[in-house]
Amino acid sequence: MSETTQPKPVADERVKEMSSLRRALIRPELGGICGTIAVFAFFLLFAHDSGMFNSQGVLNWSTVSAQFMIIAVGACLLMIAGEFDLSVGSMIGFAGMMIAIFSVTLGWPVWLAILVAFVLCLAIGALNGVIVVRTGLPSFIVTLATLFILRGFTIYFPQLLENKTIIGGIREQAEGDWLAPFFGGKILTGFFQFLGEHDLIATFERGSRQGEPVVDGIPMLIVWAILLIIFGHVLLTKTKFGNWIFASGGDAQAARYVGVPVNRVKILMFTFTAFCATVFATCQVMEFGSAGADRGLLKEFEAIIAVVIGGALLTGGYGSVLGAALGALIFGVVQQGLFFAGVESSLFRVFLGVILLLAVILNTYIRRIITGER
Amino acid sequence: MNSRTTHAPIIQMKGIEKHFGSVIALAGVSVDIFPGECHCLLGDNGAGKSTFIKTMSGVHKPTKGEILFEGHEMHFEDPRDAITAGIATVYQDLAMIPLMSVARNFFMGNEPTKKIAGISFFDRKHADRVTMEEMSQMGINLRGPDQAVGTLSGGERQTVAIARAVHFGAKVLILDEPTSALGVRQTANVLATIDKVRKQGIAVVFITHNVRHAMAVGDRFTVLNRGKTLGTAQRGQIEPEELQDLMAGGQELVALEGSLGGTV
Repeated sequence: MSETTQPKPVADERVKEMSSLRRALIRPELGGICGTIAVFAFFLLFAHDSGMFNSQGVLNWSTVSAQFMIIAVGACLLMIAGEFDLSVGSMIGFAGMMIAIFSVTLGWPVWLAILVAFVLCLAIGALNGVIVVRTGLPSFIVTLATLFILRGFTIYFPQLLENKTIIGGIREQAEGDWLAPFFGGKILTGFFQFLGEHDLIATFERGSRQGEPVVDGIPMLIVWAILLIIFGHVLLTKTKFGNWIFASGGDAQAARYVGVPVNRVKILMFTFTAFCATVFATCQVMEFGSAGADRGLLKEFEAIIAVVIGGALLTGGYGSVLGAALGALIFGVVQQGLFFAGVESSLFRVFLGVILLLAVILNTYIRRIITGER
Repeated sequence: MNSRTTHAPIIQMKGIEKHFGSVIALAGVSVDIFPGECHCLLGDNGAGKSTFIKTMSGVHKPTKGEILFEGHEMHFEDPRDAITAGIATVYQDLAMIPLMSVARNFFMGNEPTKKIAGISFFDRKHADRVTMEEMSQMGINLRGPDQAVGTLSGGERQTVAIARAVHFGAKVLILDEPTSALGVRQTANVLATIDKVRKQGIAVVFITHNVRHAMAVGDRFTVLNRGKTLGTAQRGQIEPEELQDLMAGGQELVALEGSLGGTV
């Protein structure tokens, strides 16, 4: 019997041939790409003369999108590894407040305050991961607890130490600091000066800054967003560790069986999510010059929404960092674009809900084609 | 009879007992596995087949008895030890991750890397090429190495898992009921794969409760019943009907068979 049934690799007539165009299109990011095109088409049509697409306008929605992107990269990798982090928003508030307390209240140099805040937040992120893998509890519950604990401390500490919930004066403190410009500075200022001088972008027409470009550089926030997207994308798709992230979220038991260190992968991804949240917080604190107890509220959901619009599967094992970045871009452009288009701001939520639903339906359809789910 | 089975056994299981609390799952089972043979382990549900192979693959530690691997006594602490020694197990449902591509699944946990500017990257080209080669050798026609495992049939998934174990140097391949959930044609493919693997000199332990599947590829047959072996038979020395009777523990099936017209 075994001699006669020797199978030969002949083409299976039941496997449909896919055209190369269809194959190029069918990818996890397709939903995000379609959404981005639709959103830009919409606003080019309805808000092209509102200033949304001049230098200030572009900077405005780019900055907002970059904020979403930073936390979406972390949330995306963690979700692909099969876990959630609901404490991202609280972590943003907490990290910012720690920097403010260390530098303003305790008078430490800003670089030390930033570094200690990073160490503290990465440790809390790792702790989230350790609790999840050790207890086997859903990360949803564990990080929900962290959400409350961190938010509580973020409100308690400034009240205890300064008797207020917003601590300012960080910008003055950061003057001349070597590390602060990596989060609050701008790059390519010379290039924007050049563009302004040649009338390619808008300049101030009067006042003390007359002749200077209105947009005088790219904020480090955007640079961080781009760096994190590149890092996340390369890590996920081009490294051994990326394969482990997919495997951990796809089927942890099957992955363990072939020797993938699933627990280590998950703990590291929780730590990376905390890193992204702290980058966000540090950029925000340096930009505003203050830390507030309510910063980062609901950011965890915004991150998850961006990731899901970007094509990731909520239950893990499938997704794309580039998709998540596009999800964040859609989120930012819609939020700021409705403002430019003069639409009542409460309608933002309606828009968001509709986009979320459409993107998820499209993504599910694409995913089924790719993975053969039924 | 396969001539290679005259060599020294690669695994000797001697008087293996396994107790779970007050339940005696295995009451002294002895089996020798030889390189290049397909050793069928038959038994009805609850006969102790699963416990026995889990002992062999390092999941359970035997309560009594010894395991000799290539002549040396082995104590497997966990499945990793057994895999490192060269004992690979393909479980029916835990073999592959459906959301991931065939190439990613194939190299999961054993990713090839190459260094670019001092940073270690997943060598996708190598992984893709090896996957395509191995799959076409096994008779699976992939659209591409990035095709998701979820698009493969159950038999193809088993075949990919077997090819993976062989590629990464398994000397003993334990297959836990690989055909029990498959259709006729897929079963034939998996059985053909087993035959191919055996011819490479790898010992195959094929667990099944289907006598016809066992007779198709088996060199030797060991029947387990209620935690005991009823002996090992060579191919050609035993009839399918006898195996069936042994599995059922003797006489009670005769009555049933009469009423079903000998079709069981």
